[in-house]
Amino acid sequence: MSIQLRGLHKGFGSKKILRGLDLDVDEGETMSLVGFSGAGKSLTLKHIVGLMKPDAGTVHVDGLEVPTLPREKLFKLRLDMGYVFQFAALFDSMTIGENIAMGLRKKGGMTQAQIRERVEESLALVDLAGFSSRFPQEMSGGQQKRAGLARAIAYRPKYLLYDEPTSGLDPVTTTVIDRLVLRMKKELGVTSLVITHDMKSAYAISDRIGMLYEGRLVEVGTPQEFQESRNPIVRAFVEGEPGLKHDAEEPLPMGGDGAAGKGRKR
Amino acid sequence: MLARRGVRSYLDRMNLSLPFAIVGGAILGLLSSFGQFSRFVGDLIRALTDVRTWGPLTVGQMRRLGVDSLPIALFLSCFTGIVLALQASYTFTGAIPLYFVGALVTKTMILELGPVLTGLALSGRVGANIAAELGTMRVSEQIDALETMAYNPIAYLVVPRVLAGTIMVPLLVIFSNVLGIASGWITSMNVLDMTSAQFVRGSRLFYDSFDIVYCIIKSTSFGLTITVLGCYQGFNTRGGAEGVGIATTRAVVLASMMILVLDAFWALVLLQ
Repeated sequence: MSIQLRGLHKGFGSKKILRGLDLDVDEGETMSLVGFSGAGKSLTLKHIVGLMKPDAGTVHVDGLEVPTLPREKLFKLRLDMGYVFQFAALFDSMTIGENIAMGLRKKGGMTQAQIRERVEESLALVDLAGFSSRFPQEMSGGQQKRAGLARAIAYRPKYLLYDEPTSGLDPVTTTVIDRLVLRMKKELGVTSLVITHDMKSAYAISDRIGMLYEGRLVEVGTPQEFQESRNPIVRAFVEGEPGLKHDAEEPLPMGGDGAAGKGRKR
Repeated sequence: MLARRGVRSYLDRMNLSLPFAIVGGAILGLLSSFGQFSRFVGDLIRALTDVRTWGPLTVGQMRRLGVDSLPIALFLSCFTGIVLALQASYTFTGAIPLYFVGALVTKTMILELGPVLTGLALSGRVGANIAAELGTMRVSEQIDALETMAYNPIAYLVVPRVLAGTIMVPLLVIFSNVLGIASGWITSMNVLDMTSAQFVRGSRLFYDSFDIVYCIIKSTSFGLTITVLGCYQGFNTRGGAEGVGIATTRAVVLASMMILVLDAFWALVLLQ
Protein backbone atom coordinates (compact mmCIF):
# COMPACT_ATOMS: atom_id res chain seq x y z
CA MET A 1 0.00 0.00 0.00
CA SER A 2 1.64 3.18 -1.14
CA ILE A 3 1.38 6.12 -3.44
CA GLN A 4 3.71 6.19 -6.40
CA LEU A 5 3.93 8.86 -9.09
CA ARG A 6 6.24 8.44 -12.05
CA GLY A 7 7.09 10.99 -14.73
CA LEU A 8 3.88 12.95 -14.13
CA HIS A 9 3.24 15.73 -16.63
CA LYS A 10 0.30 18.08 -16.56
CA GLY A 11 -0.27 21.37 -18.31
CA PHE A 12 -3.09 23.68 -19.24
CA GLY A 13 -2.59 25.07 -22.73
CA SER A 14 0.93 26.38 -22.98
CA LYS A 15 1.32 26.46 -19.20
CA LYS A 16 3.16 23.36 -18.02
CA ILE A 17 2.71 22.78 -14.30
CA LEU A 18 3.99 19.29 -13.59
CA ARG A 19 7.03 18.29 -15.62
CA GLY A 20 7.97 14.74 -14.90
CA LEU A 21 7.18 14.53 -11.18
CA ASP A 22 8.36 11.37 -9.40
CA LEU A 23 6.99 10.89 -5.90
CA ASP A 24 6.74 7.98 -3.48
CA VAL A 25 4.79 7.91 -0.25
CA ASP A 26 5.40 4.68 1.60
CA GLU A 27 2.87 2.76 3.63
CA GLY A 28 2.16 4.36 6.99
CA GLU A 29 4.33 7.32 6.18
CA THR A 30 3.43 11.00 6.51
CA MET A 31 5.00 13.01 3.78
CA SER A 32 4.70 16.76 3.39
CA LEU A 33 4.90 18.40 0.01
CA VAL A 34 5.99 22.01 0.10
CA GLY A 35 6.53 24.52 -2.65
CA PHE A 36 5.70 27.97 -3.89
CA SER A 37 2.12 28.93 -4.75
CA GLY A 38 1.24 27.67 -8.22
CA ALA A 39 3.90 24.97 -8.16
CA GLY A 40 1.29 22.23 -8.67
CA LYS A 41 0.97 20.80 -5.16
CA SER A 42 -2.84 20.68 -5.11
CA LEU A 43 -2.77 19.45 -8.70
CA THR A 44 -0.61 16.54 -7.56
CA LEU A 45 -3.20 15.59 -4.92
CA LYS A 46 -5.98 15.76 -7.52
CA HIS A 47 -4.09 13.30 -9.71
CA ILE A 48 -3.73 10.89 -6.81
CA VAL A 49 -7.46 10.89 -6.09
CA GLY A 50 -8.31 10.70 -9.79
CA LEU A 51 -9.91 14.12 -10.16
CA MET A 52 -7.35 14.94 -12.86
CA LYS A 53 -5.85 12.83 -15.60
CA PRO A 54 -2.16 13.34 -16.38
CA ASP A 55 -0.90 14.34 -19.81
CA ALA A 56 1.84 11.74 -19.34
CA GLY A 57 3.18 9.55 -16.56
CA THR A 58 1.62 7.15 -14.10
CA VAL A 59 -0.14 7.39 -10.73
CA HIS A 60 -0.36 4.24 -8.63
CA VAL A 61 -2.25 3.95 -5.34
CA ASP A 62 -2.42 0.60 -3.62
CA GLY A 63 -0.83 -0.89 -6.73
CA LEU A 64 -3.72 0.33 -8.91
CA GLU A 65 -3.11 2.72 -11.78
CA VAL A 66 -5.54 5.54 -10.96
CA PRO A 67 -5.93 7.29 -14.35
CA THR A 68 -6.92 4.09 -16.16
CA LEU A 69 -9.13 2.58 -13.46
CA PRO A 70 -12.74 1.85 -14.46
CA ARG A 71 -15.20 4.16 -12.71
CA GLU A 72 -16.50 1.56 -10.26
CA LYS A 73 -13.00 0.55 -9.16
CA LEU A 74 -11.98 4.20 -8.87
CA PHE A 75 -14.96 4.90 -6.60
CA LYS A 76 -14.04 1.88 -4.48
CA LEU A 77 -10.46 3.13 -4.19
CA ARG A 78 -11.66 6.62 -3.28
CA LEU A 79 -13.44 5.19 -0.26
CA ASP A 80 -9.98 4.28 1.00
CA MET A 81 -8.86 7.89 0.61
CA GLY A 82 -9.83 10.91 2.65
CA TYR A 83 -9.31 14.33 1.10
CA VAL A 84 -9.08 17.45 3.22
CA PHE A 85 -9.77 20.43 0.97
CA GLN A 86 -7.97 23.73 1.29
CA PHE A 87 -11.21 25.64 1.86
CA ALA A 88 -13.07 22.73 3.48
CA ALA A 89 -15.50 22.29 0.53
CA LEU A 90 -18.35 21.46 2.89
CA PHE A 91 -21.78 21.03 1.29
CA ASP A 92 -23.47 24.24 2.37
CA SER A 93 -27.00 22.91 1.93
CA MET A 94 -26.36 20.30 4.63
CA THR A 95 -25.55 20.34 8.31
CA ILE A 96 -22.07 19.37 9.43
CA GLY A 97 -23.44 16.04 10.65
CA GLU A 98 -24.97 15.31 7.25
CA ASN A 99 -21.71 16.33 5.56
CA ILE A 100 -19.78 13.82 7.61
CA ALA A 101 -22.41 11.10 7.21
CA MET A 102 -22.20 11.31 3.38
CA GLY A 103 -18.99 9.31 3.15
CA LEU A 104 -20.11 6.85 5.82
CA ARG A 105 -23.37 6.16 3.96
CA LYS A 106 -21.50 5.64 0.72
CA LYS A 107 -19.08 3.22 2.34
CA GLY A 108 -22.01 1.31 3.82
CA GLY A 109 -22.09 -1.39 6.47
CA MET A 110 -23.21 0.93 9.29
CA THR A 111 -26.58 1.45 10.93
CA GLN A 112 -28.04 4.94 11.38
CA ALA A 113 -27.11 4.84 15.07
CA GLN A 114 -23.53 3.82 14.26
CA ILE A 115 -23.30 6.63 11.69
CA ARG A 116 -24.53 9.17 14.25
CA GLU A 117 -22.03 7.84 16.78
CA ARG A 118 -19.16 8.02 14.26
CA VAL A 119 -20.15 11.58 13.28
CA GLU A 120 -20.01 12.73 16.90
CA GLU A 121 -16.77 10.85 17.48
CA SER A 122 -15.16 12.45 14.41
CA LEU A 123 -16.31 15.91 15.45
CA ALA A 124 -14.95 15.37 18.97
CA LEU A 125 -11.57 14.46 17.45
CA VAL A 126 -11.34 17.93 15.91
CA ASP A 127 -12.72 19.72 18.98
CA LEU A 128 -16.11 20.34 17.40
CA ALA A 129 -18.28 18.17 19.62
CA GLY A 130 -21.91 19.29 19.46
CA PHE A 131 -21.56 21.03 16.10
CA SER A 132 -23.30 18.35 14.04
CA SER A 133 -26.56 20.27 13.62
CA ARG A 134 -24.91 23.48 12.47
CA PHE A 135 -24.65 24.58 8.88
CA PRO A 136 -21.21 25.44 7.48
CA GLN A 137 -22.13 29.12 7.06
CA GLU A 138 -22.80 29.31 10.81
CA MET A 139 -19.18 28.44 11.56
CA SER A 140 -15.88 30.29 11.35
CA GLY A 141 -13.32 29.49 8.66
CA GLY A 142 -11.17 27.54 11.12
CA GLN A 143 -14.14 25.53 12.35
CA GLN A 144 -15.15 24.75 8.78
CA LYS A 145 -11.65 23.53 8.09
CA ARG A 146 -11.72 21.23 11.09
CA ALA A 147 -15.17 19.97 10.05
CA GLY A 148 -13.69 19.19 6.62
CA LEU A 149 -11.00 17.19 8.35
CA ALA A 150 -13.61 15.36 10.44
CA ARG A 151 -15.45 14.47 7.23
CA ALA A 152 -12.28 13.06 5.69
CA ILE A 153 -11.33 10.91 8.67
CA ALA A 154 -14.85 9.73 9.54
CA TYR A 155 -14.84 6.70 7.26
CA ARG A 156 -11.37 5.66 8.40
CA PRO A 157 -9.53 5.83 5.09
CA LYS A 158 -6.17 4.17 4.52
CA TYR A 159 -4.84 7.30 2.83
CA LEU A 160 -5.32 10.89 3.85
CA LEU A 161 -4.58 13.70 1.45
CA TYR A 162 -4.41 17.08 3.15
CA ASP A 163 -4.49 20.26 1.06
CA GLU A 164 -3.10 22.95 3.35
CA PRO A 165 -4.89 21.75 6.48
CA THR A 166 -3.50 24.51 8.70
CA SER A 167 -3.48 27.57 6.46
CA GLY A 168 -5.49 30.42 7.95
CA LEU A 169 -5.72 28.78 11.37
CA ASP A 170 -4.52 30.26 14.63
CA PRO A 171 -1.39 28.70 16.21
CA VAL A 172 -3.35 26.73 18.81
CA THR A 173 -5.72 25.20 16.23
CA THR A 174 -2.72 24.51 14.00
CA THR A 175 -1.18 22.48 16.81
CA VAL A 176 -4.50 20.63 17.31
CA ILE A 177 -4.54 19.71 13.61
CA ASP A 178 -0.86 18.69 13.68
CA ARG A 179 -1.52 16.40 16.63
CA LEU A 180 -4.51 14.95 14.85
CA VAL A 181 -2.42 14.14 11.78
CA LEU A 182 0.09 12.39 14.05
CA ARG A 183 -2.71 10.56 15.87
CA MET A 184 -4.22 9.30 12.59
CA LYS A 185 -0.84 7.88 11.69
CA LYS A 186 -0.22 6.34 15.12
CA GLU A 187 -3.67 4.91 15.81
CA LEU A 188 -4.90 4.04 12.34
CA GLY A 189 -1.64 3.61 10.45
CA VAL A 190 -2.84 6.05 7.82
CA THR A 191 -0.56 6.94 4.90
CA SER A 192 -0.67 10.72 4.51
CA LEU A 193 0.41 13.29 1.98
CA VAL A 194 0.20 16.82 3.32
CA ILE A 195 0.39 19.94 1.19
CA THR A 196 1.53 22.81 3.32
CA HIS A 197 3.31 26.15 3.37
CA ASP A 198 3.71 25.97 7.12
CA MET A 199 7.24 24.69 7.70
CA LYS A 200 6.72 24.42 11.46
CA SER A 201 3.83 22.03 10.84
CA ALA A 202 5.79 20.16 8.19
CA TYR A 203 8.69 19.60 10.60
CA ALA A 204 6.31 18.49 13.35
CA ILE A 205 4.24 15.93 11.45
CA SER A 206 6.36 14.60 8.60
CA ASP A 207 8.50 11.53 8.21
CA ARG A 208 9.78 13.08 5.02
CA ILE A 209 9.39 16.42 3.28
CA GLY A 210 9.55 16.99 -0.46
CA MET A 211 9.97 20.31 -2.20
CA LEU A 212 8.14 20.75 -5.48
CA TYR A 213 9.68 23.23 -7.85
CA GLU A 214 9.11 23.65 -11.56
CA GLY A 215 6.93 20.58 -11.65
CA ARG A 216 9.49 18.23 -10.09
CA LEU A 217 10.78 17.32 -6.68
CA VAL A 218 14.01 19.19 -6.10
CA GLU A 219 14.60 17.95 -2.56
CA VAL A 220 13.34 15.06 -0.47
CA GLY A 221 14.47 14.24 3.01
CA THR A 222 13.64 13.87 6.66
CA PRO A 223 12.69 17.09 8.48
CA GLN A 224 16.25 17.31 9.80
CA GLU A 225 17.79 16.75 6.38
CA PHE A 226 15.43 19.33 4.96
CA GLN A 227 16.37 21.87 7.63
CA GLU A 228 20.04 21.28 6.93
CA SER A 229 19.66 21.33 3.15
CA ARG A 230 21.97 23.65 1.27
CA ASN A 231 19.82 23.61 -1.83
CA PRO A 232 19.33 27.33 -2.61
CA ILE A 233 15.70 26.80 -3.64
CA VAL A 234 14.93 25.05 -0.37
CA ARG A 235 16.80 27.69 1.62
CA ALA A 236 14.98 30.50 -0.18
CA PHE A 237 11.63 28.83 0.51
CA VAL A 238 12.28 27.96 4.13
CA GLU A 239 13.75 31.35 4.94
CA GLY A 240 11.11 33.20 2.94
CA GLU A 241 13.73 34.93 0.88
CA PRO A 242 12.16 37.05 -1.85
CA GLY A 243 13.64 37.29 -5.32
CA LEU A 244 13.69 33.63 -6.29
CA LYS A 245 11.67 33.13 -9.42
CA HIS A 246 8.78 30.90 -8.49
CA ASP A 247 6.34 31.03 -11.35
CA ALA A 248 5.90 27.46 -12.50
CA GLU A 249 5.40 28.73 -16.04
CA GLU A 250 8.86 30.21 -16.34
CA PRO A 251 11.58 27.68 -15.61
CA LEU A 252 14.86 28.39 -13.99
CA PRO A 253 17.86 26.81 -15.68
CA MET A 254 18.29 23.71 -13.55
CA GLY A 255 21.18 22.11 -15.33
CA GLY A 256 21.02 19.21 -17.73
CA ASP A 257 19.10 16.78 -15.52
CA GLY A 258 17.03 19.33 -13.68
CA ALA A 259 18.95 18.48 -10.54
CA ALA A 260 18.55 20.41 -7.38
CA GLY A 261 20.98 22.98 -6.27
CA LYS A 262 21.47 24.80 -9.53
CA GLY A 263 18.72 27.36 -9.12
CA ARG A 264 19.51 30.85 -10.23
CA LYS A 265 18.99 33.77 -7.91
CA ARG A 266 17.89 36.99 -9.47
CA MET B 1 13.00 45.55 -55.06
CA LEU B 2 12.45 48.26 -52.54
CA ALA B 3 8.80 48.51 -53.55
CA ARG B 4 8.36 44.72 -53.05
CA ARG B 5 9.94 44.94 -49.62
CA GLY B 6 7.67 47.81 -48.83
CA VAL B 7 4.57 45.80 -49.85
CA ARG B 8 5.70 42.79 -47.79
CA SER B 9 6.37 44.96 -44.80
CA TYR B 10 2.93 46.55 -45.24
CA LEU B 11 1.28 43.08 -45.43
CA ASP B 12 3.22 41.98 -42.37
CA ARG B 13 2.01 45.02 -40.52
CA MET B 14 -1.55 44.29 -41.63
CA ASN B 15 -1.19 40.79 -40.15
CA LEU B 16 -3.32 39.14 -42.82
CA SER B 17 -3.35 35.78 -41.07
CA LEU B 18 -5.29 37.30 -38.19
CA PRO B 19 -8.82 36.83 -39.67
CA PHE B 20 -8.03 33.16 -40.40
CA ALA B 21 -6.74 32.71 -36.87
CA ILE B 22 -9.89 34.28 -35.45
CA VAL B 23 -12.26 32.20 -37.62
CA GLY B 24 -10.22 29.03 -37.05
CA GLY B 25 -10.15 29.68 -33.30
CA ALA B 26 -13.91 30.22 -33.24
CA ILE B 27 -14.57 26.97 -35.16
CA LEU B 28 -12.25 25.00 -32.89
CA GLY B 29 -13.90 26.55 -29.84
CA LEU B 30 -17.34 25.62 -31.15
CA LEU B 31 -16.31 22.02 -31.91
CA SER B 32 -14.69 21.72 -28.50
CA SER B 33 -17.84 23.03 -26.76
CA PHE B 34 -19.99 20.64 -28.76
CA GLY B 35 -17.72 17.72 -27.82
CA GLN B 36 -17.79 18.73 -24.16
CA PHE B 37 -21.59 19.03 -24.20
CA SER B 38 -21.93 15.63 -25.91
CA ARG B 39 -19.73 14.04 -23.24
CA PHE B 40 -21.86 15.67 -20.55
CA VAL B 41 -25.07 14.30 -22.09
CA GLY B 42 -23.43 10.87 -22.43
CA ASP B 43 -22.44 10.95 -18.73
CA LEU B 44 -26.00 12.02 -17.88
CA ILE B 45 -27.52 9.08 -19.75
CA ARG B 46 -25.06 6.65 -18.12
CA ALA B 47 -25.81 8.09 -14.68
CA LEU B 48 -29.50 7.20 -15.09
CA THR B 49 -28.55 3.65 -14.11
CA ASP B 50 -27.40 4.88 -10.67
CA VAL B 51 -30.96 4.93 -9.31
CA ARG B 52 -29.81 4.53 -5.70
CA THR B 53 -28.09 7.90 -5.88
CA TRP B 54 -30.63 10.02 -7.77
CA GLY B 55 -33.81 8.26 -6.67
CA PRO B 56 -34.15 9.73 -3.16
CA LEU B 57 -33.20 13.24 -4.33
CA THR B 58 -35.60 13.66 -7.24
CA VAL B 59 -38.78 14.36 -5.27
CA GLY B 60 -37.06 17.18 -3.36
CA GLN B 61 -35.96 18.74 -6.64
CA MET B 62 -39.49 18.39 -8.05
CA ARG B 63 -40.73 20.45 -5.13
CA ARG B 64 -37.92 23.01 -5.41
CA LEU B 65 -37.93 23.45 -9.17
CA GLY B 66 -41.60 22.70 -9.83
CA VAL B 67 -43.92 23.45 -6.92
CA ASP B 68 -41.95 26.52 -5.86
CA SER B 69 -42.22 27.87 -9.43
CA LEU B 70 -46.00 27.58 -9.46
CA PRO B 71 -46.70 31.17 -8.25
CA ILE B 72 -44.65 32.81 -11.04
CA ALA B 73 -46.18 30.50 -13.68
CA LEU B 74 -49.72 31.23 -12.47
CA PHE B 75 -49.07 34.96 -12.19
CA LEU B 76 -47.92 35.08 -15.81
CA SER B 77 -50.77 33.00 -17.19
CA CYS B 78 -53.44 34.90 -15.26
CA PHE B 79 -52.49 38.21 -16.89
CA THR B 80 -51.84 36.58 -20.26
CA GLY B 81 -55.42 35.24 -20.30
CA ILE B 82 -56.83 38.67 -19.46
CA VAL B 83 -54.79 40.43 -22.14
CA LEU B 84 -55.59 37.75 -24.75
CA ALA B 85 -59.34 38.16 -24.22
CA LEU B 86 -59.17 41.97 -24.35
CA GLN B 87 -56.94 42.06 -27.44
CA ALA B 88 -59.07 39.46 -29.25
CA SER B 89 -62.23 41.48 -28.64
CA TYR B 90 -60.43 44.68 -29.76
CA THR B 91 -59.30 42.93 -32.99
CA PHE B 92 -62.63 41.22 -33.72
CA THR B 93 -64.88 44.26 -33.14
CA GLY B 94 -67.51 44.42 -35.82
CA ALA B 95 -65.94 41.87 -38.14
CA ILE B 96 -65.87 38.56 -36.29
CA PRO B 97 -68.43 37.23 -33.80
CA LEU B 98 -67.37 37.87 -30.23
CA TYR B 99 -67.59 34.19 -29.22
CA PHE B 100 -64.40 33.66 -31.25
CA VAL B 101 -62.65 35.26 -28.26
CA GLY B 102 -63.09 31.89 -26.50
CA ALA B 103 -61.47 30.09 -29.43
CA LEU B 104 -58.51 32.45 -29.56
CA VAL B 105 -57.86 32.46 -25.82
CA THR B 106 -58.06 28.67 -25.51
CA LYS B 107 -56.13 27.81 -28.64
CA THR B 108 -53.39 30.40 -28.07
CA MET B 109 -52.92 29.52 -24.40
CA ILE B 110 -52.63 25.78 -25.09
CA LEU B 111 -50.58 25.91 -28.27
CA GLU B 112 -48.29 28.84 -27.69
CA LEU B 113 -48.44 31.25 -24.80
CA GLY B 114 -48.89 28.75 -21.97
CA PRO B 115 -45.81 26.67 -22.82
CA VAL B 116 -43.60 29.44 -24.22
CA LEU B 117 -44.20 32.10 -21.56
CA THR B 118 -43.93 29.55 -18.76
CA GLY B 119 -40.79 28.15 -20.39
CA LEU B 120 -39.19 31.57 -20.67
CA ALA B 121 -40.07 32.44 -17.08
CA LEU B 122 -38.68 29.14 -15.86
CA SER B 123 -35.48 29.51 -17.87
CA GLY B 124 -34.91 32.57 -15.69
CA ARG B 125 -36.03 31.09 -12.41
CA VAL B 126 -35.03 27.43 -12.68
CA GLY B 127 -32.17 27.65 -15.19
CA ALA B 128 -30.47 30.48 -13.31
CA ASN B 129 -31.04 28.77 -9.97
CA ILE B 130 -29.45 25.51 -11.14
CA ALA B 131 -26.50 27.18 -12.90
CA ALA B 132 -25.73 29.43 -9.91
CA GLU B 133 -26.03 26.59 -7.40
CA LEU B 134 -23.91 24.08 -9.30
CA GLY B 135 -21.49 26.82 -10.38
CA THR B 136 -20.93 27.81 -6.75
CA MET B 137 -20.48 24.16 -5.83
CA ARG B 138 -17.92 23.80 -8.63
CA VAL B 139 -15.81 26.83 -7.70
CA SER B 140 -15.92 26.01 -3.98
CA GLU B 141 -14.76 22.43 -4.77
CA GLN B 142 -17.96 20.88 -3.39
CA ILE B 143 -18.36 18.85 -6.60
CA ASP B 144 -14.77 17.62 -6.24
CA ALA B 145 -15.57 16.73 -2.62
CA LEU B 146 -18.53 14.64 -3.78
CA GLU B 147 -16.27 12.78 -6.18
CA THR B 148 -13.64 12.11 -3.55
CA MET B 149 -16.36 10.49 -1.43
CA ALA B 150 -17.13 8.13 -4.33
CA TYR B 151 -20.37 9.81 -5.38
CA ASN B 152 -21.03 10.24 -9.08
CA PRO B 153 -21.75 14.00 -9.16
CA ILE B 154 -23.81 13.68 -12.34
CA ALA B 155 -26.08 11.11 -10.67
CA TYR B 156 -26.19 13.10 -7.44
CA LEU B 157 -26.64 16.64 -8.77
CA VAL B 158 -27.65 16.58 -12.43
CA VAL B 159 -30.02 13.65 -12.88
CA PRO B 160 -32.47 14.67 -10.10
CA ARG B 161 -32.67 18.23 -11.46
CA VAL B 162 -33.11 17.16 -15.09
CA LEU B 163 -35.78 14.59 -14.21
CA ALA B 164 -37.56 17.05 -11.93
CA GLY B 165 -37.60 19.75 -14.61
CA THR B 166 -38.69 17.38 -17.34
CA ILE B 167 -41.59 16.11 -15.24
CA MET B 168 -42.63 19.36 -13.56
CA VAL B 169 -42.50 21.87 -16.42
CA PRO B 170 -45.34 20.18 -18.38
CA LEU B 171 -47.40 20.06 -15.18
CA LEU B 172 -46.76 23.74 -14.54
CA VAL B 173 -47.74 24.51 -18.13
CA ILE B 174 -51.02 22.60 -17.71
CA PHE B 175 -51.81 24.63 -14.57
CA SER B 176 -50.86 27.80 -16.46
CA ASN B 177 -53.14 26.91 -19.35
CA VAL B 178 -56.07 26.25 -17.03
CA LEU B 179 -55.61 29.54 -15.18
CA GLY B 180 -54.95 31.51 -18.38
CA ILE B 181 -58.13 30.20 -19.99
CA ALA B 182 -60.08 30.78 -16.78
CA SER B 183 -58.86 34.38 -16.48
CA GLY B 184 -59.73 34.97 -20.15
CA TRP B 185 -63.17 33.47 -19.52
CA ILE B 186 -63.81 35.67 -16.47
CA THR B 187 -62.59 38.76 -18.35
CA SER B 188 -64.89 37.95 -21.29
CA MET B 189 -67.91 37.68 -19.01
CA ASN B 190 -67.18 40.73 -16.89
CA VAL B 191 -65.53 43.17 -19.27
CA LEU B 192 -66.64 42.13 -22.77
CA ASP B 193 -70.30 41.44 -21.97
CA MET B 194 -70.03 37.89 -23.27
CA THR B 195 -71.94 35.05 -21.68
CA SER B 196 -70.27 31.97 -20.33
CA ALA B 197 -72.02 29.90 -23.00
CA GLN B 198 -70.57 32.11 -25.75
CA PHE B 199 -67.02 31.68 -24.42
CA VAL B 200 -67.45 27.91 -24.11
CA ARG B 201 -68.93 27.73 -27.62
CA GLY B 202 -65.91 29.57 -28.99
CA SER B 203 -63.48 27.38 -27.02
CA ARG B 204 -65.04 24.20 -28.41
CA LEU B 205 -65.12 25.51 -31.95
CA PHE B 206 -61.53 24.67 -32.90
CA TYR B 207 -60.66 22.40 -29.98
CA ASP B 208 -58.64 19.33 -30.85
CA SER B 209 -57.38 16.90 -28.20
CA PHE B 210 -54.07 16.75 -30.09
CA ASP B 211 -53.49 20.35 -28.92
CA ILE B 212 -52.98 19.02 -25.38
CA VAL B 213 -50.55 16.34 -26.61
CA TYR B 214 -48.67 18.99 -28.60
CA CYS B 215 -48.51 21.28 -25.55
CA ILE B 216 -47.19 18.48 -23.31
CA ILE B 217 -44.55 17.36 -25.83
CA LYS B 218 -43.40 20.94 -26.29
CA SER B 219 -43.26 21.79 -22.60
CA THR B 220 -41.48 18.53 -21.76
CA SER B 221 -38.76 19.46 -24.24
CA PHE B 222 -38.58 22.92 -22.63
CA GLY B 223 -38.17 21.41 -19.16
CA LEU B 224 -35.42 19.10 -20.39
CA THR B 225 -33.62 21.93 -22.18
CA ILE B 226 -33.77 24.40 -19.28
CA THR B 227 -32.43 21.91 -16.75
CA VAL B 228 -29.78 20.29 -18.96
CA LEU B 229 -28.38 23.68 -20.01
CA GLY B 230 -28.50 25.00 -16.43
CA CYS B 231 -26.69 21.91 -15.14
CA TYR B 232 -24.15 21.96 -17.97
CA GLN B 233 -23.28 25.61 -17.46
CA GLY B 234 -23.10 25.24 -13.68
CA PHE B 235 -21.07 22.06 -13.88
CA ASN B 236 -18.50 23.63 -16.19
CA THR B 237 -18.12 26.90 -14.32
CA ARG B 238 -14.55 28.18 -14.10
CA GLY B 239 -13.16 30.95 -11.91
CA GLY B 240 -14.81 32.51 -8.91
CA ALA B 241 -17.88 34.69 -8.49
CA GLU B 242 -17.42 36.11 -11.98
CA GLY B 243 -17.44 32.60 -13.44
CA VAL B 244 -20.69 31.82 -11.61
CA GLY B 245 -22.22 35.02 -13.02
CA ILE B 246 -21.15 34.13 -16.55
CA ALA B 247 -22.48 30.57 -16.22
CA THR B 248 -25.82 31.81 -14.89
CA THR B 249 -26.24 34.36 -17.67
CA ARG B 250 -25.31 31.78 -20.31
CA ALA B 251 -27.76 29.27 -18.88
CA VAL B 252 -30.65 31.76 -19.06
CA VAL B 253 -29.77 33.17 -22.49
CA LEU B 254 -29.14 29.77 -24.10
CA ALA B 255 -32.27 28.21 -22.57
CA SER B 256 -34.43 31.17 -23.72
CA MET B 257 -33.02 30.91 -27.24
CA MET B 258 -33.46 27.15 -27.33
CA ILE B 259 -37.08 27.48 -26.18
CA LEU B 260 -37.83 29.70 -29.18
CA VAL B 261 -35.95 27.36 -31.53
CA LEU B 262 -37.81 24.31 -30.14
CA ASP B 263 -41.09 26.21 -30.40
CA ALA B 264 -40.53 26.63 -34.14
CA PHE B 265 -39.20 23.07 -34.46
CA TRP B 266 -42.27 21.44 -32.90
CA ALA B 267 -44.60 23.64 -34.96
CA LEU B 268 -42.84 22.49 -38.12
CA VAL B 269 -42.73 18.84 -37.12
CA LEU B 270 -46.13 18.37 -35.47
CA LEU B 271 -48.43 21.01 -36.92
CA GLN B 272 -47.65 20.75 -40.63
